[in-house]
Amino acid sequence: MQKLVLTEEQQMLRDAAHSLFQEQGPVSQLRKLRDDKGELGYAPGFWNQAVELGLAGTLIPESHGGSSFGHVGMGQVMEEGGRTLTASPLFATGVLGASALMLAGSDQQQERLSGMAAGSHFTALAIDESGRHAPSRVTTWAEAKADGYTLNGHKTYVVDGHIAHTLIVSARTGGGDRDENGISLFLVDPKSTGVTVTRTTMADGRNAAMVDLKDVAVNADVLLGKAGEGYATLQSVLDIGNAHLAAELLGIASEALDRTLVYLQERKQFGVRIGSFQALQHRVAHLWSDLELLKSCVLKALMALDADDSDASALASLAKAKASKVAELATNEGVQLHGGMGMTDEYDIGLHLKRARPVQLLLGDQRYHADRYATLRGF
Amino acid sequence: MTDLDSFREETWAWLEENCPQSMRSPFRSDKEVCWGGRKWTFQNEDQRLWLERMVDKGWTAPDWPTEYGGGGLSREEHKVLAEEMARIQARPPLNSFGIWMIGPALLKFGSEALKQQHLPPIVRGEIRWCQGYSEPGAGSDLAGLQTRAEDKGDHFTVNGQKIWTSYADKSDWIFALARTNPDVKKQEGISLVLFDMETPGVSTRPIKLISGQSPFCETFLDNVRVEKDQVVGKVDKGWSIAKYLLTHERSMIGNMGSTAAGQKTLPQHAAEVLGLEDGKLADPMLRAEIADWAVEAQAYELTAERVRDQAKAGQGVGNTSAMLKYAGTELNKRRHELMIALYGSDAMIWEGEGWSEQALPQQWARSKGNSIEGGTSEIQLNIIAKNILGLG
Repeated sequence: MQKLVLTEEQQMLRDAAHSLFQEQGPVSQLRKLRDDKGELGYAPGFWNQAVELGLAGTLIPESHGGSSFGHVGMGQVMEEGGRTLTASPLFATGVLGASALMLAGSDQQQERLSGMAAGSHFTALAIDESGRHAPSRVTTWAEAKADGYTLNGHKTYVVDGHIAHTLIVSARTGGGDRDENGISLFLVDPKSTGVTVTRTTMADGRNAAMVDLKDVAVNADVLLGKAGEGYATLQSVLDIGNAHLAAELLGIASEALDRTLVYLQERKQFGVRIGSFQALQHRVAHLWSDLELLKSCVLKALMALDADDSDASALASLAKAKASKVAELATNEGVQLHGGMGMTDEYDIGLHLKRARPVQLLLGDQRYHADRYATLRGF
Repeated sequence: MTDLDSFREETWAWLEENCPQSMRSPFRSDKEVCWGGRKWTFQNEDQRLWLERMVDKGWTAPDWPTEYGGGGLSREEHKVLAEEMARIQARPPLNSFGIWMIGPALLKFGSEALKQQHLPPIVRGEIRWCQGYSEPGAGSDLAGLQTRAEDKGDHFTVNGQKIWTSYADKSDWIFALARTNPDVKKQEGISLVLFDMETPGVSTRPIKLISGQSPFCETFLDNVRVEKDQVVGKVDKGWSIAKYLLTHERSMIGNMGSTAAGQKTLPQHAAEVLGLEDGKLADPMLRAEIADWAVEAQAYELTAERVRDQAKAGQGVGNTSAMLKYAGTELNKRRHELMIALYGSDAMIWEGEGWSEQALPQQWARSKGNSIEGGTSEIQLNIIAKNILGLG
């Protein structure tokens, strides 16, 4: 069995990502993006540097300009980016889009991968239709025509939907509203007639979008994989997405703890550092212990994805369930232990709190994944 | 074929030949465990035979040097032996605080004479050991212990009282902490001493627990003579050995978070009791709690695995035993609470009509001690806060 440790190359990638995020994508960058309300929602300067380091193509094969470095490597990048809350197309394009195309794309469809590795082509996954993640609940309809399909429906909380060059849309070509069979995936150009993308501003200062599809005519060659069999591909993409979101939550939660520890050492009350109080020590010690448990789940899930392990789905749900729980605790404790300062916009801890929740909810929260884990374990 | 492959083949053949059939199943209860010692009576001929055969191979302490009666196995060979024993569900031939605790401490800190005197009888299961650490006034504040060992020239005279001495009434020797210097900082005047439980002045009294069982005793020490050569390491320098042993003990107790091989898991119990509807446990509230527990349980097991792997790769963060002890014991307590929720009032039948061998209420009550013995959960959190997080 593979050892639960990083290889030297993975550790090097982690170190490189750490420097990049700390120097080129610090929390102050997210603050500025939030306050400036710019059109992109990410800092091009940071993105160019990330692309130069090869991060956008971490999962993409060398034949398409990537480094094929694998999920454990990409997970280190996601974790480091979680610490600094850096906004970028890394997840929607580099993780979700790249995986979807690599898993089910035709040769022609996979031509997009080189643009994705080069940081110039963005994708967005448009699958959910309400506030709560439910990938089999699809009412968006794709009606077969002589030369393609006509799409009608509404998609919600599409991360990077406002900048995407390709929308990956789930729509029904058969089956009832909650059936897993009959779901198909389409690569839709957002510039197509009938597509309306409305950007939303979320609590974390990041962007999602609502995507409205009204009589959108697409060619048959934009179908990703086989008609009616998109759900299996989607589940694999979601396993990958959730393992990487768990890595990001690990980064967010670790940073929340680290910043809280610094505060406990600085802040004085009753003439002593508040970190000397046992009531507070036990809370952060518990949190540290929980983070150690989470690290193991995240690493195991990423390794299982790289090994194409049949247990990868259960392990991805394990990681996302535990990560959601720990990140919720870490950010809540972080704000509470910062006292009044934790409630101010000036302190960054509140930004970690407001980033953690959307990440927890994205692609299924603790409850969703604990339920899925139990089901996959046969109970 | 590599050396390890041939070792596996030989081990497989030897176990097939020598492990009695009745020793090839998980223990049904604690009563079937073999502890050895002068007071031990074998429950049956197979138990005696199995121990003797394993002792001959040195496999009661597989990784100890052969010169002290151990098996002299490498880490890899030891793993192969464990795997081959697990394959036929072979029972451990001997449970022993000697093998688990004082033996490793002697190997690390003991004089050659002490090793030669004590290790072989431990391997052979002839001498059963107990641990004399806690005192009525020194629980969490263990270093505050008051038992005195006074220097009488050619020997020490020990006076005091120990408590929570596991199986003191069934043991032959004790390793105990005693104060040899009351005039220095409390951690710096403690020695680890060894003596026979039959020495005049030693008496024990079992403590009845809320589980109804009495695994622990009070141990009274009244002018007990301890020879000078029975001090492990240097006089007054026993605290670092004590801490080493506590770390060892924490890992052992923390391991109770895992489900032992052959034991039914909590979800398996739940599937039997509740049944499945559409592949899900039929009680949604309980299922949610069991799912949450199962997530934590696998997180714990993966962490124990990661900590081992990192230690081997030289990447360890060091003091992880406190975290594993804390997480593992809290998890085990939660498992027992969920077992009660699952079996309902059936799990509250204490004895007589309707009581089952699973001993659910007794095990539940006993599990409360997991987060107390070997350092409370609160002490583990103190250790994490101070040693790892740097909060003073």
